[in-house]
Amino acid sequence: MLGKTANGLFWKFRYLERAENTARLIETGQRIALTRLESEDSEWISVLQSAGVHAAYTAQNDEVTKDGAIDWMLRSRANPSSVLSCIETARQNARLVRTALTGEVWEATNAAYMEARTLLSRRVTERDLPKVLRSLRQHTALVRGMTHGTMLRNEIYDFARLGTFLERADNTARILDVKYYVLLPSAGAIGTSIDNVQWETILRALSARSGFRLEFGAGAGPREITHFLILDKRMPRSLAFCASKLADNLRYLHGGQRKQMPSLKQVCALESKYLKHDVDAIFEYGLHEFVQEILNELAQIARQIEIDFRFYE
Amino acid sequence: MLPRNVMTVGHKLGWIMSEAKTFDEMWGREQELRGPYSQFNEWFCAEDPARLRAKQREADQLFRLTGITFNVYGRREAEERLIPFDIIPRIISGSEWYRLSRGIEQRVRAINAFIHDIYHKQEIIKAGRIPVEMISRNEAFLPQMIGVAPPGGIYTHIVGIDLVRTGPGDFFVLEDNARTPSGVSYMLENRETMLQMFPELFSQNRVQPVQNYPLNLRRSLAASAPSATNGTPVVAVLTPGIYNSAYFEHAFLADQMGVELVEGHDLKVVNGRVAMRTTKGYTPIDVLYRRVDDDFLDPLNFNPDSQLGVPGIMDVYRAGGITIANAPGTGIADDKAIYSYMPEIVEFYTGERPLLKNVPTYRCSEADDLAYVLDNLSDLVVKEVHGSGGYGMLIGPAASKKELERFRAKLKARPGNYIAQPTLSLSTVPIFSRTGMAPRHVDLRPFVLVSPEGVNVTPGGLTRVALKKGSLVVNSSQGGGTKDTWVLED
Repeated sequence: MLGKTANGLFWKFRYLERAENTARLIETGQRIALTRLESEDSEWISVLQSAGVHAAYTAQNDEVTKDGAIDWMLRSRANPSSVLSCIETARQNARLVRTALTGEVWEATNAAYMEARTLLSRRVTERDLPKVLRSLRQHTALVRGMTHGTMLRNEIYDFARLGTFLERADNTARILDVKYYVLLPSAGAIGTSIDNVQWETILRALSARSGFRLEFGAGAGPREITHFLILDKRMPRSLAFCASKLADNLRYLHGGQRKQMPSLKQVCALESKYLKHDVDAIFEYGLHEFVQEILNELAQIARQIEIDFRFYE
Repeated sequence: MLPRNVMTVGHKLGWIMSEAKTFDEMWGREQELRGPYSQFNEWFCAEDPARLRAKQREADQLFRLTGITFNVYGRREAEERLIPFDIIPRIISGSEWYRLSRGIEQRVRAINAFIHDIYHKQEIIKAGRIPVEMISRNEAFLPQMIGVAPPGGIYTHIVGIDLVRTGPGDFFVLEDNARTPSGVSYMLENRETMLQMFPELFSQNRVQPVQNYPLNLRRSLAASAPSATNGTPVVAVLTPGIYNSAYFEHAFLADQMGVELVEGHDLKVVNGRVAMRTTKGYTPIDVLYRRVDDDFLDPLNFNPDSQLGVPGIMDVYRAGGITIANAPGTGIADDKAIYSYMPEIVEFYTGERPLLKNVPTYRCSEADDLAYVLDNLSDLVVKEVHGSGGYGMLIGPAASKKELERFRAKLKARPGNYIAQPTLSLSTVPIFSRTGMAPRHVDLRPFVLVSPEGVNVTPGGLTRVALKKGSLVVNSSQGGGTKDTWVLED
């Protein structure tokens, strides 16, 4: 496969995952805003931070408002990580690697793009927001479904998965990075309703709420949430799950070669160094430092994949 | 200059309806239904127009979703446009097609032999059938190709012959596209769309299939592999990139053939071969179907500013390390001045009378012709020899007095720069308009594959149609559309 094609596949699926994650963050933010009595724009700051677009937002806007934040994350062309920009970039990459995709995946991608352009051509009203977000997530889900259902399990698929899971791990780690303090055992307001809302936010932002309740019941708290989101391999957005998928796909790509690729070594190191522990050990180490180190490792793995598979040269 | 392989071909600007009654391919000259359309007409009359209108919209959505669009230069990516598709097919009988395809095959063989001769012994010039200036002063002539023997002796692997029709048996060749003819993806997608929308039509009519084209293309390219090939030939399509107007077609063909779609920056010369950068290192390519013009192919040998090509590919080519399809320098055969010699060329290399007619062409370089052209300027179409896309052209009957005088001066100053042709009454085929069937002018581009194993003409081709009433412009950027083209099994 061409290095250029691997690159295009990696980014196509990375951007698609990002579009979906951002849509989910907006949905969560909106829900909190609606279910709290006093309106708090500070909540939108943390949503922007979780989406990794806060700095860019404040560089162009004076204050964080609900409408401003939603528009920035949903449809701003000045924001390369807005849902609209992500879907456009994903589709641009899909065009680039058109020959590597099945017709079904291409058409689903193109349909997502057409839908996004229609839905996001103007500011989305509060009333339309739930409908728009649902439609966007359905379209990205359709691309994923077509990918599962029609693509050969070969190296093309592996690069698609690498992009997906790197982005997903990054997203989960970023949410933890922003909200780590509400998960600390030492946090002052344990058991108060504010904390419950905050925990709820984290779980919703990762589509983890019902799975968590099913496994841990209503009484569980931050310790279990932290375990669930970092170490639980049953949870498809946990860091351990994403890392093991990255390792699997790199191993497939690696094939029977004797010399191990640096990127695979890095992922294995990430797993053994950070993701084989007990959750107490993580708290002891310091949750914030732990998450920041993982974010750093993920960035390095992404760079190494580019080099190992000749994305650019 | 921008790369030239654009889906928009504007030469039809020069064709004006003459006084004679226009020949309609469905209704003839006298409103009598012609044979190939009888089944179709029966079906059409029984259809509810409202349903057909809904189908027409469905077709547009299908094209949009599949991404069958062309890019408009200099605009945002948002400016991808659809080429309008008309649901009434253009139908050709099996016997009409048999005669046509024999003529096309003859012409294509002659073109290939001509190009070989021009870059080797130049027998046709020695025989006095073509003046030497036609070649020596021609911009499309590539000195770098002199004495080069392309693998299998093939220069024009893919050819598109543009035809127009003026009567039941009267087909004329308008232009030979021997460089990188485009449009074949529309031929294939038009058929696919018709099959999806009106399957019943294909059980009522026995339509010769076109869907084998991509596999035939791959087979044909592989059969032209160079001697350096090791095992199964590796074929790739070279595109100028995602912003090229015909990018969709490049990706489509690579996808349908199951080969890599590469850009210049994916390639480099490694150990005397042209190789593509894969995730596991560089892999040699045996046959490169390039959709990049000669000029941009190799910055070391041609335009030094080109980012689209591969430095050194011409040296590999000359050494027999790669097949370039079509070969560099084939433009010499689709030049407008050479076109006027095509009847002589066909006779010279095949020893046969040409089966397909040329449009009568006056060469202004010759004194008698020039005198005639100057006397009859208001009845003629005058074209620049090296012009393309309808630029630098005079349409006599539509021109003002001032324009005629300006052109008269140009002709006198540089007669060798121009040819002239009479106006033709192009045939029409109905389109499905808001008020039902309405006749519109059409042309036809059949696609031909050439390999050492033989010549393969796909039955049908791309029919382009001027959607505006009375218009002869089938150019997609000026309101032209396309139709499915059927060749019936008789």
